[in-house]
Amino acid sequence: MIAKVWAIFRKDMLIELRTKDSLNAMLFFGIVVLVIFNFALEPVRESVRAAVPGVLWVAFAFAGTLGLNRMFAAEKENSCLQGLLMVPVDRGILYLGKMLAASVFMLLTEAVVFVLCLVFFNLTVWSEIPWLALIFLVGTLGFTSVGTLLSAVAANTRMREVLLPLILFPVVLPVIVNAVEATGIVLNTVDYGALRLPVTFMSVFTIVFTTVAYLLFDFVLED
Amino acid sequence: MIEAQGLAKYFGRFTALRSLTVTIGRGEFISLFGRNGAGKTTFLRVVAGLSRPSSGSLRILDPEPLAPLAARGLMGYLSHNTALYLDLTALENLRFYAELHGLPHQDSDLERRIDVVGLSGRGHEPVRNYSRGMQQRLAIARAFLHDPQILLLDEPFTGLDQAGTEFLKGYLAGARRDGKTCIMATHDVPLGYELADRMLVIEKGVVALDLSKSRVSLAEFQSRYAELAGES
Repeated sequence: MIAKVWAIFRKDMLIELRTKDSLNAMLFFGIVVLVIFNFALEPVRESVRAAVPGVLWVAFAFAGTLGLNRMFAAEKENSCLQGLLMVPVDRGILYLGKMLAASVFMLLTEAVVFVLCLVFFNLTVWSEIPWLALIFLVGTLGFTSVGTLLSAVAANTRMREVLLPLILFPVVLPVIVNAVEATGIVLNTVDYGALRLPVTFMSVFTIVFTTVAYLLFDFVLED
Repeated sequence: MIEAQGLAKYFGRFTALRSLTVTIGRGEFISLFGRNGAGKTTFLRVVAGLSRPSSGSLRILDPEPLAPLAARGLMGYLSHNTALYLDLTALENLRFYAELHGLPHQDSDLERRIDVVGLSGRGHEPVRNYSRGMQQRLAIARAFLHDPQILLLDEPFTGLDQAGTEFLKGYLAGARRDGKTCIMATHDVPLGYELADRMLVIEKGVVALDLSKSRVSLAEFQSRYAELAGES
């Protein structure tokens, strides 16, 4: 099973490294969001640290949605999805491979956007980086666990680019809210014990939705 | 080997299959004919497990009924859509599918398969650089990589040049000799007749004609097919 998940992940990474279709769009969008907020928050520069968690997760969520939109659109080209569905593997494995690839694309984008955010808002966060990395990882997995499933749903429709955000954001809103809260705790307080609740919530959300999506994926992909 | 009983498939208000019943024995070569929209591709997709029937049942027997996952391992699906990743090389495409099928995927073995379909020396090129015919040749290698027992073919000759057509005809004749079950949808009546043991004509989602090649000449079949098309 792991070898097959890895094969799907490696294929998606290889194609992305050659085309850079998703990463370029995600990075561009993330950076544009940062630039806009950099100007918008100029009058409150002294208290900008309190707004950074929201700015970061707006950039991550919208950039992530762009990447998810491409996830299955690429499989539709040349009917590659048909070839994938004909292989004798549990279709949940296709989901796991795709989710892993979507998570890595999003984490790469987050790393670049985060570094630029530090520069734009003149922040110093060396000691907080391990905590932030944990929050970004758990929040991203929660986002992609739902996003990969809904991306497959949207890919079978004519208006997939519009439909995906409409069905994705209401479902992942709890993850984004908790990720913003957790990021705020790390950046603005020293009470790391308060992280337990949002991180636990995001972890449970990820496990539940990954399991549900794994089981439902077969039904989502068939006509 | 394949038993379809009262298969129906609806897409909204459009009926693609309407109570289609057919039994296909092991080793039979079936040519499926019918006008555009008659239901040929939908039938193949339902057999392949790519599409869930709205009602009716489909069983793949070997000799006991197989679960969908096991049934997929027995099938190879080749259509005019090649299911190849254009930004990967031919070798990378075959390696990817071999890994998913759990087959050995040494480069030497995969290169031999690329040679067999007439693409010697082109294995390291991105598929995007291939012509339509070359892509279809590689699609043949991809679809039959795991030596499937049931070949599902939807207009498989699309885009092939004369040499490619002869190669695929030779491959399908070999598959027939080896006792593989083939179902091929085509609009090319002489070619479909030449390869088939039995011809099915699907019209408006049902089997309108089911004839054994031993009982009907090409001319007679063409005339009955034309008559049927003219009626509807």
